[in-house]
Formats: sequence, C-alpha cells, structure tokens
Amino acid sequence: MTDGDQGTTAARGSLRASTKRRNKHWIRELAAHLLLLPLAVSYLLPFFWMLSTSLKSDAQVYAFPPAWIPQPVVWDNYPRAVNFIPFMRYVQNTLGLALFAIIGVFLSCPPVAYSMSRIPWAGRHLLLIVTLSTMMIPYQVTMIPLFTIFTRLGWVGSYLPLVVPRFFGAPFYIFLLRQFFMTIPQELTDAARIDGASELRIYAQIVLPLVKPALASIGVFEFLAQWRAFIGPLIYIDKPDRYTVSIGLQMFRLEYGTEWQMLMAASVLLTTPIIIAYFLVQRTFVQGIALTGLKGV
Amino acid sequence: MARRNLLFGILFASPWIIGVCSFVLYPVMSSAYSSLTEYSVLNPEKTFVGLANYQDLILDDPVFVRSFLNSLYYAVFAIPLSIVVGVSIALMLNLKVKGKEIYRTIYFLPVLIPDVALAVVWLWVFNSQFGVANTLLWQVLRIEGPGWLASPQWSKPTIILLTLWTVGQAVVIYLSGLQDVPQSLYDAAQVDGANPWQKTRFITIPMISPVIFFNLIMGMISAFQYFTIAQVITGGDGKPGQSLLFYAMYLYRNAFVYYKMGLASAQAWILFCIVLICTLIMFSTSARWVYYGGQDTD
Repeated sequence: MTDGDQGTTAARGSLRASTKRRNKHWIRELAAHLLLLPLAVSYLLPFFWMLSTSLKSDAQVYAFPPAWIPQPVVWDNYPRAVNFIPFMRYVQNTLGLALFAIIGVFLSCPPVAYSMSRIPWAGRHLLLIVTLSTMMIPYQVTMIPLFTIFTRLGWVGSYLPLVVPRFFGAPFYIFLLRQFFMTIPQELTDAARIDGASELRIYAQIVLPLVKPALASIGVFEFLAQWRAFIGPLIYIDKPDRYTVSIGLQMFRLEYGTEWQMLMAASVLLTTPIIIAYFLVQRTFVQGIALTGLKGV
Repeated sequence: MARRNLLFGILFASPWIIGVCSFVLYPVMSSAYSSLTEYSVLNPEKTFVGLANYQDLILDDPVFVRSFLNSLYYAVFAIPLSIVVGVSIALMLNLKVKGKEIYRTIYFLPVLIPDVALAVVWLWVFNSQFGVANTLLWQVLRIEGPGWLASPQWSKPTIILLTLWTVGQAVVIYLSGLQDVPQSLYDAAQVDGANPWQKTRFITIPMISPVIFFNLIMGMISAFQYFTIAQVITGGDGKPGQSLLFYAMYLYRNAFVYYKMGLASAQAWILFCIVLICTLIMFSTSARWVYYGGQDTD
C-alpha cells in the first residue's frame, strides 16, 4: 500500500492505519498461539506418557493416581525389553530387508521416471496414467493372488515376496522422481543427445547426479516404509526369528499385553531411530512430501 | 530418431512395465476371476460358483455388513475432520507465527511413529483405569472418563481421534500449497477492504482447493483400507463387540485366518468398486469447487 504522495492528512491517516494493522497482527499472532500451543502440548502428551511409562517400576505403572514423573527411574526396563523380545534380532532383520528394498527401488524407479520424462516416445503418457491409476488400486485386491503366486514359488516364509517386487518399480516413487526430472531443463539432455552421448550416459552422468536430493528422499521413504511395514510381513513371515520390528512388537503385545512399561520401552526403541532419521534429513523429507501433493500431471 | 526413442523409452521403462504386468495387472485380473470361485491355499483347486460369493456377503453375512458400516462411519467422520483440522493448523502456522518450524515438527512427529507402536501407545494412553487421558479428566475436571477403546460406544470416536493425531503429513502438504498463493491477490483484497475472514474464505481456500482435493481423494482411498492400527489394538477380532472390525480386517480374516480366498477376493472387489465409484463422483463434482487457475502447467 503506497499512498505516501497524497497530502499530509492522508499520510498521517495511513501511518495510524499501519500502526493499527501492526497491533492487529500482534493480536492475531497471540490468538494463534493460544490455539497452537495447547494443541502442541496435546500432540506431545502421548510421547511424554510413552517415555515416562517406559521408565516406571511395576508398582508405579499401576499406581493411582498415575504419576507423571517416574520415581524411581527404572532404566532396567530397556535391557529387559530388548532381551524379552529378541529386539536386536528384529532390528537386524528389518535393516537387511530395508537395505535390499532400497537397492531395489534405486535400481528400478529412476530409469522409469527418466523414460517418462526425458525420452519422447509414444507410450509415455499412457504409462504415466497407468502408473497413477495403480496407486488407487487397494492393496487388498492384489494381496490374495500375489500370495497364491508366492506360495506356488515356495517363497512364503522368506523375505523374497517383500523384496523382489521392489526391483520392478514402485508407482509413488516413479511419480515423485518424474516430477523432479521435469524440473531439469530439456535443453540439457537435448544438447547431450546432439553431441552424440548415449542414452545411458545422459541418464547416468547428467540427469541422475542432478536428482540426488530426490533419490535421498526416496531412500528415506523406503526405509521408513520397511521399518513401519505391517501387513506384508504379517502375511509372509511366519517364523519368529525372521520377524521385523513391527511384527515383533505386535507379537509381544499379544503375549504379554499388560507389561506396559516394557511395551512402552519397546515402542520408544521402535520410534527413536525414525525420529533421528527425520531430523537428519528433515528438509529433503518435508520437500518430498510437499511435492507429492502439489504439482499437476 | 523416433524408433530409437521408442526403443530406449521402453528399455528404460521395462522394469516397471514388467512390474505392472506381473504385480498389478495379472493379480487384478486373477482376483476378479477368483472372486467367482471357491478356493483356499490349502485346496488351490478353484471351483466356479458364479456370483455366489457376492450374494453371500451382501445378503447373508451380517458381519460383512457390520464391517462395511464401521469403515463407512470411520470414513464419514475421519476424512472431513482431518481436512478441517489439517487446514486450520496450516492456516494458523501460515500467519508466520513465531516458532512455526517447531510447531510444524511437533505436529509432524506422530506421523513418524510406526503404526504398531502408535496403536500400543494409544491403548495405554486411553487405558480406562491407568491411562493419562482419564487421569487428566479426573485431575483437571473431576470427570470420570469413559472406557474409550474398551467401550463399544467410544471405540470408534477414539480411533478417529487417533487419526487426527497423525494429521501432520497433510499439514505439510497444505503449508506448501499455501506458499504458492500469490501475495498480489491478498494485496488486491486489502485495497478492496476485505477482512481476514473474507481473505481466507474467498482467496486462500479456493487457491489451495487442489491440494484439499488431493488429500480428500487420498484420505478416502486409505480410509476404506484402514487396517493396521485397529488390527493391533484389537488383536484382529474387532472387539469390543465388533465395533472396531473394519472392512479390511474382516477381509484379512476371511483370507488368512479362515482361508476363504474366493470370498475374500469378492470382498476385495467390492472394496475396489466402492473406491472407484467414490473417486469418480469426487472427480465429476470437482469442477464445481476445485480451482485450477493458479496451477502452472508443465
């Protein structure tokens, strides 16, 4: 708003208006905090309760009224939970599974996204539509036939049904990468092509290095997905020594459902690596999520 | 050149082309046929029964109807509430309040917790005797809290509350949508003397309506597939009194507990049709309320 070149009265008026506006902004900010702060506290409360319970003694867990701060602090719950559930074993299993899954999506998704965004071929728009449509098919529709196939292959009980499909593309990541690839100037690849560079070289040496942040967010997303995965391992993994962390926690709950301090200790252990991972890659992460919901096709 | 492009295009896309055919298209068609048969993994011979599975489910299975109504209840309340809460939080954070980053992180943290841990923690928070929810209600308001997840009347609202706790993912998407609203629109409205409510109602909301639409569609698709948290909380049986037996849980039970694979395939296809019809309805009405003017074309 610029009305400074009108008479002094108007200038004074606008000054008053801007002070008023600044006051108004101050009031609005206060009002926002009055709503945001209690909400933030209620969002943190379950975390606090989880942490506090994980450090309580048997007696204190069932004390009435319940205590906020554990007294005494029982650190021992953690080693006990880790031994009770073979937690480290589950962590190893999950990390191994995640590693192969990440390799799978790294190898399979970027070339597909490259094909759909940088190579002008006839079927690429159709493939994009197919890719987006597959994201809308409920997991339950393909779950049963895939189980039948993997049973016939003798893969049930191993990690193969969870890992092998990752080597054949995942629609969400392909779409995400395509959105990234679209932001690279087309001239860059066209020039390389005129210079006679092979398609593989353009892909590996020009385009791929430019989308490192996108690859990083896909790696993080896939790690999270495998760490949190539930229904896949639930269907395919039947031997306790092959459980992943999520299934392990669920089995622990079903068997010892009332050992709350141990359950909470295990939940803290299950959650902490992810929160650490989040803080390490926060920017990429938030960008990745934002990108999926934004740009049109 | 065109032939070369076609060759390399298909070559680079080949992992996914194979993937789509073997892990999506073939299973989808196979599942459509299976839904017309009776079979299990133990007895893989498929017996053709026509539409009997569909008939059994819709006409003769009260548990199926119950599970459908539970999921419908969940969708009808959880989706609009998530959108209202998510958009409100995003709008407040967008006022450029101090500590915006900290707030955003706090709201986002629950999204990171694995569903299993989320369910276990929620069970404990809402434990009717020793949970923090009822402790607070008693200590602050002297109200004796309800049974929450243990009560058939309160179990679904408690689950919906849990869904609101993970609204942070949508908040991030709304926030980045809000950043794309051009300042010039607000300046023009300012000149015309619009108040903050009018600016929100007639500029902000229409400008982020594509993002809301995206979250609406995604929310609908995932609401009907709601599974993990309720499965963990109830151990799979949907207690108390089937009040938490959601559609995907009953489907899972039929497939992998009772081994009625044909019946479960029919359930999956009914789910697919519901999702498809809802999506089509939303898309066909979207022209009336989703504003695409602000979008850049690429």
